[in-house]
Amino acid sequence: MTALAEGVAGAGSVAPETPVRSGRRGSGAWRYAVLAVLGLYFLVPIAASVWFTIRERDGVSLGTYAEIPGAEGFAEAFTRSLAIAGLTVAIALLLMVPTVVLVNLRLPRLRTTVELLTLMPLVLPPIALVVGVRSVLAWAPDYFFGTPLAEAFFALQEPALPWILVFVYVILALPFVYRALDAGVRGADLRTLTEAARNLGASWPRVLVSVVLPALRTSVLNASFLTLALVLGEYTIAAILGFETFPTWIVRISGSQPQLSVAVSVLSLVVTWVLLLMISALDRRRGTKESS
Amino acid sequence: MLVVLGALPFFLYVAVFLLLPIGVLAVEAFRATDPVTFEETWSTASIQAITEGPYRRAYVGSLQLSAITAVLGAVLGLALAVAVLRARRGRLLRRLVLTASGVLANFGGIPLAFAFLATIGNAGVVTALLTDTLGLGLGGFTLFSMTGLALVYLYFLIPLMVLTIIPALEALRPQWREASDNLGATGWQYWRHVGGPVLAPPVIGATMLLFASAFAAYATAKALVGSSVPLVTLQIANALSGDVVVGSENRGKALALGMVVLVGLVMVFYAWVQRRTQRWLA
Repeated sequence: MTALAEGVAGAGSVAPETPVRSGRRGSGAWRYAVLAVLGLYFLVPIAASVWFTIRERDGVSLGTYAEIPGAEGFAEAFTRSLAIAGLTVAIALLLMVPTVVLVNLRLPRLRTTVELLTLMPLVLPPIALVVGVRSVLAWAPDYFFGTPLAEAFFALQEPALPWILVFVYVILALPFVYRALDAGVRGADLRTLTEAARNLGASWPRVLVSVVLPALRTSVLNASFLTLALVLGEYTIAAILGFETFPTWIVRISGSQPQLSVAVSVLSLVVTWVLLLMISALDRRRGTKESS
Repeated sequence: MLVVLGALPFFLYVAVFLLLPIGVLAVEAFRATDPVTFEETWSTASIQAITEGPYRRAYVGSLQLSAITAVLGAVLGLALAVAVLRARRGRLLRRLVLTASGVLANFGGIPLAFAFLATIGNAGVVTALLTDTLGLGLGGFTLFSMTGLALVYLYFLIPLMVLTIIPALEALRPQWREASDNLGATGWQYWRHVGGPVLAPPVIGATMLLFASAFAAYATAKALVGSSVPLVTLQIANALSGDVVVGSENRGKALALGMVVLVGLVMVFYAWVQRRTQRWLA
């Protein structure tokens, strides 16, 4: 299972760049062929989508992109998604930073179990998970009606800010958050740092805040960003539970405003990519600074 | 002892939001509601229903699509990863490909579907180019079919393969190749006896991950084909939204449970292969 998730955490993994032998046998023409064919495969849809959104009857216009902020429902759905994303990041970090640190420093026996549990969402179909969640939520009217528990269940499903999405997204984010944080903890030689802090008389909470968090800065940033992007792009859970978030909004408007839906799609892909590039550049810079 | 308490929140959280829903699924898939009295009883009716007719076709369709796209994605992704790692002055290329892969593999879903609609959908740019300008037509190809879905799935599966396999490729030490060259081995012998065995477990693992990812994909399929193609995920969504038919909710649960069981079987198979290859390596 571990090998399976290797590197899924996306960009900016802290692994050092090993010098990879550049090809020397043969001309390596196949490499260029692969790069060219796959490059075309990946670029054409993006280029075509951009063209699709800017062409007009009489030439080219960026009008569709200007329409996005004012589009019906956009602001609402997007702010809701951002709020859900923020809360998901906060809960995921609160839950996982202490767990990863503990597992690495004090409870190595639990490592395999924790690893296995955090990797489960990677292979478990989200649609199966959400059907289960729906069944649990259905208990409120079926069995607990009129009890405080039912009230709590209903509060979780407030359409304005559906907390249930936050809680389920934390589960979906676990593989990414765990891998990013685990790489950070292993890279930072946290054991020495925390032992030094403990010897100097710091309490465990103090160690967590003043030693662990600063040492894990990039991993935390990485984990947060991956979670953010995951939440902003998640469709299945929100659609099945019937909440309107950014992705379900795109699908809803696609019928009446195809150009707008494509424009938003392209924009969200490109913006996510640029942000990821920036974070990976940040990572690289810190990496070189520390090693020199 | 107190330390163990520190890990408690994590286990509680996972128990409530991950294990409980799956457990409930496993129990309630065996419940049935009487259409007249609305009384609930134990029954295997739902389980039986999903092994027949359209549901069976949906499982077969999903499995076929995932198997084909997983293998194709693994082969192409491996080729792309090797090509990117070997490129001269490849640092920038590498970073671009890695980050782009991160975006496409994990967060594509809906945006990908719309990008492809704009490209080779009915009103797509490339469709127009091929049919109107060049007069070629698409040769019977349509985005709203299994082939069309496979084309779109590969758009996030190849990046997933690249992301997953690059660490394994980086772990292949150049020294091993040099040693094997110095001992007079040919390229083929190197891959047969050194590179291949080392890469086999991660490649198999990554292919399984691709399979699971394609099997679970719902957003892309939903946005592209609605429900015109037999896929389990689409059938589940249909079963859940069809409130008119009593018992369809339970059928949805049974279908979802079926997916979990199938993925579980794939994982067991993966663990078995992993053990075999480890023994072989040792």
